[in-house]
Amino acid sequence: MTASQPIISLQQVSKSFGKPGAVSSYVAVDRLDLAIGRGQMLALLGKTGCGKSTIFNMIAGLTEPSSGHVTVDGRNPFRDFDSFRGKIAIVFQGDRLLPWRTAVQNVELGLEMLDVPAEKRRATAMQWLSTLGLRGHEHDYPHALSGGMRQRVSIARAFATDANILLCDEPFSALDEMTGRTLRAEFARLVKENGKTAVFITHSINEALEIGDRIVVLKRPANIAVDLPLTSETTAVEKEAIRNQIQTVLAA
Amino acid sequence: MTMSQAQPASSSPGSASRGVALGRRAVTYILPFLVVAGIWQVASLFFPPFLFPSLVDVFKRCIVILSSWSQFSDVLATVGRILAGLAGAFIFGTAFAVVMARSRAANEFLSPILTLFQGIPALSWVVFAIIWFHGIEPRIFFIMVMTTLPAFAFQVLGALQGMSRDLTEMVMSFRPTRFKLFRVMIIPAILPDILTAWKVNLGNASRVVVVAELVGATGGVGYELLQQQQVFDMAGALAWTLQLVLFVLIAQAVLTMIERIVFRYRAVSERTL
Repeated sequence: MTASQPIISLQQVSKSFGKPGAVSSYVAVDRLDLAIGRGQMLALLGKTGCGKSTIFNMIAGLTEPSSGHVTVDGRNPFRDFDSFRGKIAIVFQGDRLLPWRTAVQNVELGLEMLDVPAEKRRATAMQWLSTLGLRGHEHDYPHALSGGMRQRVSIARAFATDANILLCDEPFSALDEMTGRTLRAEFARLVKENGKTAVFITHSINEALEIGDRIVVLKRPANIAVDLPLTSETTAVEKEAIRNQIQTVLAA
Repeated sequence: MTMSQAQPASSSPGSASRGVALGRRAVTYILPFLVVAGIWQVASLFFPPFLFPSLVDVFKRCIVILSSWSQFSDVLATVGRILAGLAGAFIFGTAFAVVMARSRAANEFLSPILTLFQGIPALSWVVFAIIWFHGIEPRIFFIMVMTTLPAFAFQVLGALQGMSRDLTEMVMSFRPTRFKLFRVMIIPAILPDILTAWKVNLGNASRVVVVAELVGATGGVGYELLQQQQVFDMAGALAWTLQLVLFVLIAQAVLTMIERIVFRYRAVSERTL
């Protein structure tokens, strides 16, 4: 497996909301071409309302594009929705924990969908909660957990299914800086260690530089304004130049 | 002193205060009933028994009803009719609500019909049932279902429509089967509203069943109330009414207990509304 093999591909993808041709129709994504390689950690950056989440929902198979083709692993994620069970996991902006389930039951959710036997399910969920520093809180209900802990549970829920593709929609934006930084580092480590492909939506340049090995900056409506690869050899000076370039694009 | 010896001594003040709290709660619950009973008893001293019988007479009649199978079976018949009617209305109402939640066209078609049904008085349904059906039980079942179905349908529909979009989207991202979506998301999400609907409809059903039995039955609390009215036996009328009230109180207590168990995940605020 190499990073050059695209696992996610968007070809001339457009998405508009409202009736076609209507005056009130809103174009969120405009003829976007984007290919994401296996094992890549792509940071998708753009201003609020530039269509980041729409792209995210189309890759997740939750929304169908108005035109163009979205393929994930060679299939259409919207039409072949069920065939992606256990293949794509999502970390949302909010923790989106089911309030009637304990932390461990929330982590088990994806495994239940995959019909994993109860014992194995529980063991996997407990292990992920422990990895994310939540030992002792497994049987707490979400209301008893702090915002950071809840977000850890939602990360554990995404990782527990062992999906190859992780989609993250500003997962740390609601957290304080320290907690966000810790979780970001933890998240990046887990993605790399487990060989996942991750699409990480953010509106923070720092977050994109910290986490991504490729940064795509979007203009409005969503289309690539600039596509910047990063490597482990990218120096601090080069990162500063990239930051300036992104700032210039976003300010335009 | 060892730890094990110290344990009971340290736990006794806690259990004592719990006992006091429990007692206080019991008194708070019973007090309004005692006040009403007291007023009734005072009234019985100044009015003839056919208007305000003494509580002792009413109590004696209650004992007779509860100890005589032929009379108690009437109470059970009424309870059975209430539960069967509510179950039927709940099943049909939920089916309607699911269809309405899934299809806008179905919602636009069924909504006015259910609203129309809601506007028809219970007594009209009794008349319709007598004309349309022969048997007593089908008549009563029909009346019970028709009078409580719209409320169930609208309450379940409201619950389905009010489900968190974020949570539904999150569950959908795991690609659940339809059955699993119902089990892990839809049922837990709408359960609070379903229990509230049962609580509300239980009171409505207990009132409607009496009307239905009053007119078209040969047994049950409603029928017995009619008998008491014909002989001007207020103690009997009150005793039969109390049987129904007792059932509603027990059923409400059961529903409250279910709520406490099922909704133990809810955060409890120290500051109440």
